[in-house]
Amino acid sequence: MSELLARATNIRCVYGGGEKDFTAVDGVSVELGEGEILGLAGESGCGKTTLGNALAMIATPPLYVLSGSLEIDGESIDLSTLSVADLKRHRPYRGRTVSMLPQGAMNSISPTLRIRSLVHDVMRAHDPRVTKSEALDLARDRLKMLDMPVRVLDSYAHQLSGGMKQRLITVISTLQNPRLLIADEPTSALDVSSQRMLVEMLLAMVEQRIMSGVVFVTHDLPVLSQVSDRLAIMNAGRIIETGPTRQLVEHPQHDYTRTLLSSVLDPSRETRQRGRERSAGRGAAAATSSEEVGTR
Amino acid sequence: MSESPQTQETITRSSADGEMLLSCRNVTKEFSVAGSTVLAVDDVSLDFPEASVLAVVGESGSGKSTLARMLLRLMPVTSGTISFRGQDVTSLSGAGLREYWTEVQAVFQDPFASFNQFFTVGSLLRRSLSLAKIPADQVEALIEECLGYVDLTPAQTLGKFPHQLSGGQRQRVMIARALMMRPKVLLADEATSMLDATLRVNVLNVLHDLRSELGLTVLFITHDIGQACYLADRVAVMERGRVVERGTTEEVIFSPQGEYTRRLLSDVPDLRGSLKR
Repeated sequence: MSELLARATNIRCVYGGGEKDFTAVDGVSVELGEGEILGLAGESGCGKTTLGNALAMIATPPLYVLSGSLEIDGESIDLSTLSVADLKRHRPYRGRTVSMLPQGAMNSISPTLRIRSLVHDVMRAHDPRVTKSEALDLARDRLKMLDMPVRVLDSYAHQLSGGMKQRLITVISTLQNPRLLIADEPTSALDVSSQRMLVEMLLAMVEQRIMSGVVFVTHDLPVLSQVSDRLAIMNAGRIIETGPTRQLVEHPQHDYTRTLLSSVLDPSRETRQRGRERSAGRGAAAATSSEEVGTR
Repeated sequence: MSESPQTQETITRSSADGEMLLSCRNVTKEFSVAGSTVLAVDDVSLDFPEASVLAVVGESGSGKSTLARMLLRLMPVTSGTISFRGQDVTSLSGAGLREYWTEVQAVFQDPFASFNQFFTVGSLLRRSLSLAKIPADQVEALIEECLGYVDLTPAQTLGKFPHQLSGGQRQRVMIARALMMRPKVLLADEATSMLDATLRVNVLNVLHDLRSELGLTVLFITHDIGQACYLADRVAVMERGRVVERGTTEEVIFSPQGEYTRRLLSDVPDLRGSLKR
């Protein structure tokens, strides 16, 4: 791993806060190098989005971060959110130190506002002194830097494709040059061509140091393997295996990782053969029940 | 944009395979948007032999879902005809249309949009069965059987409201609901896109089994060519409303003729590839 950018230690998160607490993240520690993309993979309900929320310091009740710290830029931030005061304490870090690109963000663009208004709103939320022209100048420069058309700033959401909306939201969420970006399922709602454009843009953003590292959260292993330097596999609130992407894909050590990898359906002759065997009633398909693979 | 040479050959061969359960001829759909006309589906003809799986693949906005909605008769065609068991169903209405819907079921991408948030899953499933006039003494067994197809149990689901289920669970309930009606045709529009990889294979296996055992005919709409490769007998590729290539799954995926199909295949992320420089 390159020079250390961030180290998260012993993160524990629960939903509820009462007697029926549900532990979603159970003592997770993870490290990220400077300029690195860490792929966080696992199935629905494994805790990856919750971990992302804890790292981005946006956990709000009924989600409580019981413990955990994030070391970044020589500072150790206590991630716990046991009181309202903790949420306020985290405010200065949000957007600048860690920025969050939440799941389905592209669907949250107001249909009645042009994109340029959204740019100003987002910038002002983090710095009330920012003027509209300053925000727009920054957005224009950033779009040019990433070879995206500047005219999209004058558009409404319905005039843009899903892929363009998602790339725009990614650009807007990083206008403040965060040290770390948490991208939660940014490609899941996109077709393969739009996925590729977003992934290439993310790689360009890291290369140009718009942000210094990315935690890329998704259940889509092929996308992750294309973009990540290292992979961390989550299951039932814990990271069960981590390692350099190529090594983990070629030589998985954990049974659960092997099951995840064998469930990937790529357009290959091997996939076709498996499908034909299943169709003929001789199927030995990869996937098993969720109980067998240990999800919850 | 012209179809590859294999197109006509494939249509002829498919027609000879057996009775066409569902087919559409020269179906077109135009939308008026801000004074101009958008051609969402442009002169599409497709055949669905009984117990076959046809995958329609393409990018977002290529017209796949509009085509499915017309086949399901949720949306009128601008021109063209749709026939089911040899009968023209293009203008069906009233009781005839309700009858058609018991034979042709659909599962869409967003399960949340298909649920009434004020009713439990149990109410939703029992109501569907009562509309289909399933005898009351068979209802609970049928629910349990169909939930089992998608790896769920009545205890996990029936007493819960939609918001209490995960996205994957909601989608699996919708698939179970469609299967409960014992349809002859299932239109699955990105139905497995929101599922995890292992669950996705489980659901595709259920479709394989239902086709083999019950003769289910499936229209599988997806942007994921890997899923089409695993499930479908034939593949049609749509671009800007038109079918630009079609053939057997082997022909289209392993020997693509069209530039668009080749690009679509090259954009599929490779588990063992990397875009990093």
